[in-house]
Amino acid sequence: MSDNTEKPRNRLALWLPLAIFGGLFALFVHGLMRPADNNVPSTFVGNPLPQFDLPAAAADRPGLATSAFRTGKPRLLNVFASWCVPCAAEAPQLAALAQAGVDVEGVAIHDRPEDLARFLANNGNPYAAIGRDDKRVVQIAIGSSGVPETYVIDGQGVIRYQHIGDIRADDVPMLLGKLKEAASKGAGS
Amino acid sequence: MRVAFLAAMMLVVAVPVAAQQEVPPAPFAYRQLPDPDQEAKAKALMVTLRCVMCQSQSIADSDAPIAGDMRSEVRTRIAAGEDPEHIRQWLIARYGDYVTYTPQIKPITWPLFAAPVIILALAALLLRGRFKRGERIDTGEQA
Amino acid sequence: MIAELGLAVLWMAAALAALQLVAGALALRPEGGQLGGLVRPVAVMQGVLVLIAFAALVWLFVTTDLSVKLVVENSHSAKPLIFKIAGTWGNHEGSMLLWVTIMAVAGAFVAVIERRLDERTLIATLGGQAFISLGFYAFLLFASNPFARLAQPAEEGQGLNPLLQDIGLAFHPPTLYVGYVGLSIAFSFAIGALITRNVGPAFARAMRPWVLGAWIFLTLGITAGSYWAYYTLGWGGWWFWDPVENASLMPWLAATALLHSVSVLQSRDALRAWTVMLGVLAFSMSMVGTFLVRSGILTSVHAFAVDPQRGAFILALLAIDIGGALALFTLRVSTVTEGARFSLLSREASLVFNNVMLCGILGIVLIGTLYPLMTEAYGVKVSVGPPYFNPVSAIFAFPMLVVMAIGPLLRWRRDRLTGDRAARVTWPLAVCAALALAVFVGVETLAHHITLLPALGLALASGLFPASFLPLVGRNLRRTPLPVWGMVVAHAGIAVSLFGMASESAFSVERLAALTIGESRDVGPWQVRLDGMMPVAGPNWTALQASVSTRYAGAAPTVLHPMAETFTNPPGTRNESALQTRWNGQLYVVLGEQAQDGRWQMRFWWKPFVPLIWAGGAMVGLGGLLALLGRVMSDLRRLIAKDKIAYRRTRQGR
Repeated sequence: MSDNTEKPRNRLALWLPLAIFGGLFALFVHGLMRPADNNVPSTFVGNPLPQFDLPAAAADRPGLATSAFRTGKPRLLNVFASWCVPCAAEAPQLAALAQAGVDVEGVAIHDRPEDLARFLANNGNPYAAIGRDDKRVVQIAIGSSGVPETYVIDGQGVIRYQHIGDIRADDVPMLLGKLKEAASKGAGS
Repeated sequence: MRVAFLAAMMLVVAVPVAAQQEVPPAPFAYRQLPDPDQEAKAKALMVTLRCVMCQSQSIADSDAPIAGDMRSEVRTRIAAGEDPEHIRQWLIARYGDYVTYTPQIKPITWPLFAAPVIILALAALLLRGRFKRGERIDTGEQA
Repeated sequence: MIAELGLAVLWMAAALAALQLVAGALALRPEGGQLGGLVRPVAVMQGVLVLIAFAALVWLFVTTDLSVKLVVENSHSAKPLIFKIAGTWGNHEGSMLLWVTIMAVAGAFVAVIERRLDERTLIATLGGQAFISLGFYAFLLFASNPFARLAQPAEEGQGLNPLLQDIGLAFHPPTLYVGYVGLSIAFSFAIGALITRNVGPAFARAMRPWVLGAWIFLTLGITAGSYWAYYTLGWGGWWFWDPVENASLMPWLAATALLHSVSVLQSRDALRAWTVMLGVLAFSMSMVGTFLVRSGILTSVHAFAVDPQRGAFILALLAIDIGGALALFTLRVSTVTEGARFSLLSREASLVFNNVMLCGILGIVLIGTLYPLMTEAYGVKVSVGPPYFNPVSAIFAFPMLVVMAIGPLLRWRRDRLTGDRAARVTWPLAVCAALALAVFVGVETLAHHITLLPALGLALASGLFPASFLPLVGRNLRRTPLPVWGMVVAHAGIAVSLFGMASESAFSVERLAALTIGESRDVGPWQVRLDGMMPVAGPNWTALQASVSTRYAGAAPTVLHPMAETFTNPPGTRNESALQTRWNGQLYVVLGEQAQDGRWQMRFWWKPFVPLIWAGGAMVGLGGLLALLGRVMSDLRRLIAKDKIAYRRTRQGR
């Protein structure tokens, strides 16, 4: 039972811990280099909008239903709320898009009519219609995880693109491009 | 090192409370289903669904408003007789695999399920090597 | 003045650490022998200086010196004293200073008391410790100076996060740090032994109390952290397999394995390479955990002091320390022989089995925690949670627990279960197994809605608990050495904790209710009634407090006070749950918001036997403490005996 009679160990196996550590290190470096992205993107892009028919959220605009998106013309679907600060920040950009002839439809999340009216009075009202989604039924059904989010919907009612967060000034041409793309796709399908 | 719930948690807890308290949550966010069997089913599903706003909590134990609305959605569907796994797949279609704490068996998660098997195999190899040598020495001693 | 003093002292300590490293390295060469005498005093001096630096920072926080940046960002003059002190380490810079402080003080302690290890290995160990410390000194001095001043003193501090203003949380992080740093000493011992190729019982003897001490703190830290999450989160959960929780669990798993293998090495001179490997692994897991928590590469509810830049620094330290140690291991370990052999049925074999199973659980936790990070490299987001961790870790944990019941009854080297050993080992274990089986069958027939894992847990715990006491049978209890008591208490604690976990998952009752004042509800065997609401004020918060009278199965009512607190500096809210503990479980009451119709949203849980989870954890820690105490006492006894012999010798004129 002497210690010295031991077979020489498998040298290759000895490198295993170091190799595993090397792998971990590479993973950690990769994790650090990659900018933290806490957004959860919708995986529903490419699918037709689910069926919904939301009541009106504001006195001077109609409610919103799926049928509004099947007119052959691409539209923006903006998920927002009066209590959300970035939503106020993106208002000028939405106004610019509406000015450029884009139809912007709104879904107001957990909003009271009087708060929404005040929000629209302060920030402008670019919406053609605003649906009232008090239970986030539509928001969840299209895979949206927060406000504001903006979806490009083609003329057949199919979701073509999701923009997470507020629309910045330089996002406006990008969204116009996406709408144009959706127009050709929507016509083609 | 569970040192602190810091900023992330504070945002989740504090902001919605301040901003939204006047708007009632969805009906089944903080209400259980009357049928205990259905409620148990809904609860079992909810603890395995991840809240999409609050990073690392299930919708069953989060105060975030969207978690409450997702609870309501799940309970409503369960009450309507929908199968829990069907609800899970419905959510995965919208939020991706991120939304489920139960990893789905797909090519990208195969290594995750292979891990216990590989570790067991490694363990068996390690243990066998030791004990076989050990036994040989023992019998040698006895002979 | 105090801030400058603290910084100067910290620089001096860093310089001494450098000296300790150089002297240690030179002393190991044949020509540098006399430098060896320098290492111990330098280590002691370094410990003293860092302690002064840390005291300076505490002083700055206690006096709320608003010209110091760290104080302004993390404290407030109107905060209770205890939270001013806790604020010292409730931030990144302060916690890193606490880290090096504990490290240097522990190193000084080793230098003073360790006399039985051969001098070369000890010098290599202290040199290794200085090497690790230097990395952290560099981190502090160049990238996270806690003593930095503001150009303009601030009017008032920004305060401490309300969630951190909790007495449990104030002392939770330092507990874990002591554990992590204790493992750094074990790591240094492993490095020292590898350098001098002197892995044997003497090395194990020197290392064991440090592993034991670190392990006690980790056990208590995790237990307390879990209880804290349970009562602050407000949803009744106590363990979420969150990345930060896993980061604290992984070092514990490795330390548990190390603790057992080091005792095999100490008493049987076996498992040499394996013990060294675990020594490296345990501290690696502490560093990986620190990295995961601070770098923010994984999302967590418990994220702390997240900053990718600091993450990069910690990662660099990790690569140097752990990568270096593993490379040393790979190159040297083939010259370290495995040591004594043993047969399949022996205490060593059962310990090896459990070691491997613990490492299996560690592997699962590591892979599960990092898996989302791996898939994100391919642009896919996945989540790994309790539905993966619970069953997959049980694959390893349950067989391990069975062997844990058997192992302590077996003899070293070789045992058999027949003949005279049957009465001592086989039959008592068979009784425990029958008990477990009876509980399992009972649970499955009486309550079939309970899923498999909790049912197995209840059964296993019921068999394991009596089995843990079997090593005491036939012993003279008054002469049983303390470490044996420690083992028995710790193993019984595992059974107790497992029972609590399984019971919580099997029998919890949840009741969500919107109540008007005066309304009652049933929660399992309890009847609860909302009696009233009233505003209350604390030193830096105001709160709405509910009065809830609770009555267990018709007994006399008691009143609970769950609260919803609002903090002023910094602004924030916190829900304080109210708990009522009985011998057979806990009632958990949370006050939610007021609904539009004026009713109050309340949440109630009745959780049978849930306190056993933490009671078991405390028992495990106590078991460790008994074992450590036994070791310290036997050391003291030996010292006294040695003195007596020396005294007699001088009297006899020899």
